[in-house]
Amino acid sequence: MTDVLNILLALLILGLAVWTIVAREAYAAAIGFIAYGLLLTLVWVQLRGIDVALTEAAIGGGLTGVLLIGAAARLRSTESAARAERPGPATRWVAALVSVAVTAALAICVLALPVPAPTLAAEVSANIAVTEVLNPITAVLLAFRAMDTLLEAIVLLFALIGVWSLAPDRAWGGRPGLLQQADPNGMLAYVARVLPPIGIVTGAYIFWVGADNPGGKFQGATILAAMWLLVMMAGLADAPPIRRAWLRWLLVAGPLAFIGIGVVGAMTAGAFLAYPHGFAKPLILVIEFALMPTLTLILGLMLLGAPRRGEAP
Amino acid sequence: MSVVLAWWTVLAVVAGAVFFLAGTVGLLRFPDSLTRLHALTKADNLGLGLVVLGLLPMVDSVSAGLKLICIWLLVLLSGATAGQLIARTVRRDGSPS
Repeated sequence: MTDVLNILLALLILGLAVWTIVAREAYAAAIGFIAYGLLLTLVWVQLRGIDVALTEAAIGGGLTGVLLIGAAARLRSTESAARAERPGPATRWVAALVSVAVTAALAICVLALPVPAPTLAAEVSANIAVTEVLNPITAVLLAFRAMDTLLEAIVLLFALIGVWSLAPDRAWGGRPGLLQQADPNGMLAYVARVLPPIGIVTGAYIFWVGADNPGGKFQGATILAAMWLLVMMAGLADAPPIRRAWLRWLLVAGPLAFIGIGVVGAMTAGAFLAYPHGFAKPLILVIEFALMPTLTLILGLMLLGAPRRGEAP
Repeated sequence: MSVVLAWWTVLAVVAGAVFFLAGTVGLLRFPDSLTRLHALTKADNLGLGLVVLGLLPMVDSVSAGLKLICIWLLVLLSGATAGQLIARTVRRDGSPS
């Protein structure tokens, strides 16, 4: 019975993926992509990857989906012109050949994987007690592969700088996004008052249980960023001008704390990002706490886009 | 007792699934945005409500049951809001048909 459901789910995802690619309108494709991300979440739940499922729902479906919808909205004016351009047969053949070649290369890679797959899972589970973190995903991300997580945070910061660099010169340092004018007594303003308390508690909870259960700073930060965006969309608060010193400091605080702890590790424990014996859990907590506001701000500001207006509200 | 509860779960979840099916059929078949919204919100509100009510006797702990109810209430809130916002856009800009 479960097999039948799993096969149906896989077929549904494949069908939706094809639909998303062949959809004529960018907006429809973005909606298809969000549904695809939510279905993929179900797959991760079926595979018992609850951490990955949470991340997929929050970032793969939600955040990326909103980014794509924003991109589709901006491309709408150019869409009919783009559709009128018919690529010639040569372009189509080359595109088809390249796609087939990429698919074939991926298939060969997957089929050529050694059986059993090389794994460090046994060593991780043998040494996980040292970190005092019960959720193996968090232990891997912040103890055994802390370098990856540090680079991830820095990559996000670069992505935000990339978004900001699209700002016109006159708006540089100003407020990102458009000024929202929603009805102060409307439905959206009501939800923007009711939902954030629940969302903030949920985000903090998901962040805190990340040590022992599925969850963590990324998923929690996404929820907090969503609440922040909701309040701004309802016009209850305005986006901060990006020239503010406190904003810049918060944006780099997480990675700076991470690097600082890494340097201390290099001096006391013998390697960059190594934790002194017995201090693993508290140091992981410090890193998580430092990264949380940084990630929330980066994710929210990335969705707001480049600065488009001056400092005046 | 447990047999009664099991039957309650089956009945309520099936009834919820019927609402989801009807909502989906309505979404595909109804002529304009407002009637389609009407079909969709029934699936969210009543369908999910019945599924949650049906699953309540099956949970292991009180907190799990409360989480289920919270999920239903949050979906009610977001569904009602999204419905209102879409309906207002339709009224202002006209239905995209």
